[in-house]
Amino acid sequence: MRRVVITGAGTINSIGADVPQTLAAMREGRCGIDKLDIQDVDRLSIQIGGQIKGYDETAHFDRQQLSLYDRFTQFALLSARQAITQSGLTFVGELADRSGVILGTSGGGLNTQEENYRAVFEAGKNRVHPFIVPKLMHNAAVSQVSMEWNLHGPSFTVSTACASSNHAMGQAFHMIRCGMATAMVTGGSEAMLCFGGIKAWESLRVMSQDACRPFSATRDGMVQGEGAAVFVFEDYEHACARGADILCEVAGFAMSADAADVLMPSKHGATRAITGALKDAQLPLDAVGYINAHGTGTAANDKTECAAVVEVFGAHADKLLMSSTKSMHGHIIGGTGAVELLACIMALREGVIAPTIGYEAHDPECAIDVVPNVARDADVDVTLSNAFAFGGLNAVLALRKF
Amino acid sequence: MSIEEQVVAIIADQAMLDPSDVTPDSTLSDLAIDSIGLVESIFVIEERFDIAVPFNANDPNADGFDISSVASIVAAVTKLKTEQDK
Repeated sequence: MRRVVITGAGTINSIGADVPQTLAAMREGRCGIDKLDIQDVDRLSIQIGGQIKGYDETAHFDRQQLSLYDRFTQFALLSARQAITQSGLTFVGELADRSGVILGTSGGGLNTQEENYRAVFEAGKNRVHPFIVPKLMHNAAVSQVSMEWNLHGPSFTVSTACASSNHAMGQAFHMIRCGMATAMVTGGSEAMLCFGGIKAWESLRVMSQDACRPFSATRDGMVQGEGAAVFVFEDYEHACARGADILCEVAGFAMSADAADVLMPSKHGATRAITGALKDAQLPLDAVGYINAHGTGTAANDKTECAAVVEVFGAHADKLLMSSTKSMHGHIIGGTGAVELLACIMALREGVIAPTIGYEAHDPECAIDVVPNVARDADVDVTLSNAFAFGGLNAVLALRKF
Repeated sequence: MSIEEQVVAIIADQAMLDPSDVTPDSTLSDLAIDSIGLVESIFVIEERFDIAVPFNANDPNADGFDISSVASIVAAVTKLKTEQDK
């Protein structure tokens, strides 16, 4: 089996328009959650989110591109540009044939759907733009990235709600590891901060009206965010041969299904995914120094996740650090695992652990060091990134310092 | 139907029981209604009575909507209906 490394990273989200800005915000514990600026926000009971403010799509894309690029596709393209540029790869010939794109998204072109439902239902129009279908489809981002970068290899979209990008990156990892691909552009993207996207979530009664406070006894729900992160995963031998700057190694990956409840998380399902990722990476439990938690800030997720970590790690659970960066960028749903992987890379490369901000009070059911409010220096060799989706679908990645 | 009869009918429907099996002192746990079932019942109550019920599943007791028994839910709905009809 081949080893897999990361040689490029890119992002845009509410705390940064690229990786350096995002990592700086994570180090400073800066919050990107604020009042939402969207149509009909006054008809929502939830009026906050991790929205990318000051974003001007026309600064990045021309008129013809914008007729095909939903907001989630734009975020994926901007992130992919950063990641591929950093990797230094040029996709031509055999490398192009052996490299593809796998991205996660939960809502796909939700803004495009909403705008056009408004046009036909609310405004009574009988005509819509001819490119609605290629713009709203879940695979639009993957297809546009493949076209922009001449990626001819295996390419598809993964949609598993909040675990989409972890499942996507897991597939990319597997393809390189088993020799099907040389490099994969992978991650996830989400743009769900529109009236319908928030209305559906607020109806579940799991959202906070003022802040995301993961693991705090005072937590009262999740807060949505938007954005993307995209990485270049590459065959280790290929990366070495060309002298690439290796950010870290992707050491293992595991998935599990709770097969229990569509909404309530299961400790058992989470436990199996965490244990599986470490087994896949052939790493001992005590190698893990940092876990980027799923940490949604809901009552149910956070206590279940902590119980799973305690069950897996036993006494080592008292030594490891775990934080939820959703407290800063919000829950980016199908793109969240990708954005959160940046915190894992920061821990491995810079020895800085991103904090869980908004933390106010200890919860005995979340008795793990969650790096409250202030980033911390720590020498970490192995990190995990957890994602546990509605529908009971879990995906955990293990990264190792290179 | 009175508010009480309607609320009991909604809760009974959620619990898949006959309304006669739902008594004022029944708790949601007696009726095997979990937090997700409760969220669905609150949606039906809001639609039926045209009221807004303050409720966050993360902290069910925070917003003053007392869900400790069927009687307390009926009282809370009656109060909200009176307040919000003004």
